[in-house]
Amino acid sequence: MKLEELRQIRERASKELTLRKGDARVRVVIGMGTSGIAAGARDVMAAFLDEISTRNLTDVVLTQTGGRGLASSEPVVEVHVEGEHTVVYGRMTADRARQVVVEHLVNGNAVSDLVIEVRE
Amino acid sequence: MRRRIDVLVCSGAACVSAQSAAVRAALEREIDARNLHDEIRLVETGCMGPCELGPVLLVYPDGAFYIRVAPEDAGEIVEEHFLKGRPVRRLLWESPDARRIAEGKKQVPFFEKQHKTVLSNCGEIDPESIEEYIAAGGYEALGRALTESGPQKLIETIIASGLRGRGGAGFPTGVKWRFVAQESSPVKYVVCNADEGDPGAFMDRSLLEGDPHTVIEGMQIAAYAVGATHGYVYVRAEYPLAIKRLKHALAQARASGLLGPNVLETDFSFDIEVRIGAGAFVCGEETALIASIEGERGIPRTRPPYPSSSGVFGRPTLINNAETWGNIRHIVLNGAEWFSSIGTSKSPGTKVFALSGKVSNTGLIEVPMGTTLRELIYDIGGGIPDGKALKAVQTGGPSGGCIPAEHLDTPIDYESLQELGAIMGSGGVIVMDEDNCMVNIAKYFLEFTCDESCGKCVPCRAGTRQMLNILDRITKGEGRPSDIERLHSLAETVVETSLCGLGRSAPNPVLSTLKHFGDEYRAHIEEHSCPAKVCTALIRFVIDAETCKACDKCRPVCPVTAISGTPGTPPYRLDAEFCVRCGRCAEICPFGAIHIETGPVKRDI
Repeated sequence: MKLEELRQIRERASKELTLRKGDARVRVVIGMGTSGIAAGARDVMAAFLDEISTRNLTDVVLTQTGGRGLASSEPVVEVHVEGEHTVVYGRMTADRARQVVVEHLVNGNAVSDLVIEVRE
Repeated sequence: MRRRIDVLVCSGAACVSAQSAAVRAALEREIDARNLHDEIRLVETGCMGPCELGPVLLVYPDGAFYIRVAPEDAGEIVEEHFLKGRPVRRLLWESPDARRIAEGKKQVPFFEKQHKTVLSNCGEIDPESIEEYIAAGGYEALGRALTESGPQKLIETIIASGLRGRGGAGFPTGVKWRFVAQESSPVKYVVCNADEGDPGAFMDRSLLEGDPHTVIEGMQIAAYAVGATHGYVYVRAEYPLAIKRLKHALAQARASGLLGPNVLETDFSFDIEVRIGAGAFVCGEETALIASIEGERGIPRTRPPYPSSSGVFGRPTLINNAETWGNIRHIVLNGAEWFSSIGTSKSPGTKVFALSGKVSNTGLIEVPMGTTLRELIYDIGGGIPDGKALKAVQTGGPSGGCIPAEHLDTPIDYESLQELGAIMGSGGVIVMDEDNCMVNIAKYFLEFTCDESCGKCVPCRAGTRQMLNILDRITKGEGRPSDIERLHSLAETVVETSLCGLGRSAPNPVLSTLKHFGDEYRAHIEEHSCPAKVCTALIRFVIDAETCKACDKCRPVCPVTAISGTPGTPPYRLDAEFCVRCGRCAEICPFGAIHIETGPVKRDI
């Protein structure tokens, strides 16, 4: 192995450690309380994971939280982009999740018709 | 589907003893049962530090830190946390608020004050995966050393960094490298001293278990700098997990072309062999260690010649301690200036300590040099359990000394500790509270060195034995008025005339306790009293007639039937002549009616 090959291995393998670095640009938090799961939060999460993975977005981490009392709007997803307001999306579906990844996480524009709250 | 959670399961030896493997297996079952194995990965890591609280788990990306996890907890963790996103609060350290959980383990005071350099990968990556080591920046320093730096510049960098040997003596590492580089021999050796033998020390073990590649990389860089082609890691047989992971790492490095002939396809060839020691304390001494590597009996010889000119098989040999090796790649990557900006001017960098004894958070920690003992014990260690008072801190193991509580604000560096009669040593820190008898502690350490003395030179072999005899009679209440002076003069002779470091430092625990706790010695000798109520020959258990309720709890537990009485008719009586002072009666008494007395028996006249 040459030094260049070592650096290529590092490039590839460093994705394995992304989760542990804690320096992600975007944090997506999915409400996975009982009502969230009942309303389909698992599918939403799966769609997020799939889309993030397909697009190879290494600076995005996905975490979950419990219900926030917005049962009528579940599944609820919060998007925290570093240096921006927190955007809360409601009544999410798998398709909408993919839309949020493309328009918000990649292109930087919140999907306004799904937004239920914007927090400082 | 992409992974969303990394679960780091601590697999340091302490957590392994606490059944971390069963916890891991249970987590795996629960994850499989919910079909989450694509989303969640279990990673076994090296020691995370808080050994007392094991088995511990660290969950990324949210950084939740679980302590004392049992296999039965796995279902709840997977269901509640991994599936529903609600960390299981009862298992979290300190049950912090939600915000703190999200911010991760750095918010836990134990981790907050630490500065992990040598241990930066320990507890964060899988020690059995070379890919993870490479991903975390591994072997980049070696690559740069081989292609950019050149041997001369590497040695200059290490000298400029001010790195000093982490095995205890604190000799400037770069200077040692230069000595070996200047030798013109065609064969030279590089040795890692991982023969960690101090009671209560587990720094080298944890490093080899948690991040073996970091030691390998340090040795390789040095071998290139000094012109060595062969290396040895000398590690004791009592460390089977460290040996296993080290051998695994060596095999991986070889298979990847990072070790062996033409490393990274350059002209540099170097390989490392593991030598397993049988666990003799004296083999931590470099000349004894070399003898042991050569297949001889592990006994030291006089120096000079120093190993740098005549070491393994008579060839120039560079010996550094495992932790010293762990610093090298960081210095090469970040530069000498970066390194010397950490710690103090005379003792730059960080130091790994194994914190044990009477302290709440025992475990493995790394702090900048110059951190005070108070910060170490109270901020990171969480203070003394059960509201007891701190009495002394023992550093440097059997070669070190006891530092009394009034010197707690001493910054930890080589010189400050030496001034107090202790030494930095390899990093064992044993905390003692008011229940520790300092004479007994000195006796304990001297018993150890006396036992481990190789017997080659008289002062160490006979001198430590004579000192031990004196300590033994003092703790039995048979001390003589001249004993303190005799201990001093014996200690002086042993220190000055012993052949190697073992003998020269063996009297330190006695000398430092005599210096700081002379009153305790005098109390034992003159008043036949043990102020800490530890020395069994000087204490007696007494039943307080007023407090005793004749509940009959103590009588059946006494192994020698020294307690007699009738249930319901207080007080019970304890026959001091038969009592073996095991203390079980005092432990079981619900009314605290049995206490310990020491010193001359007071009688009502």
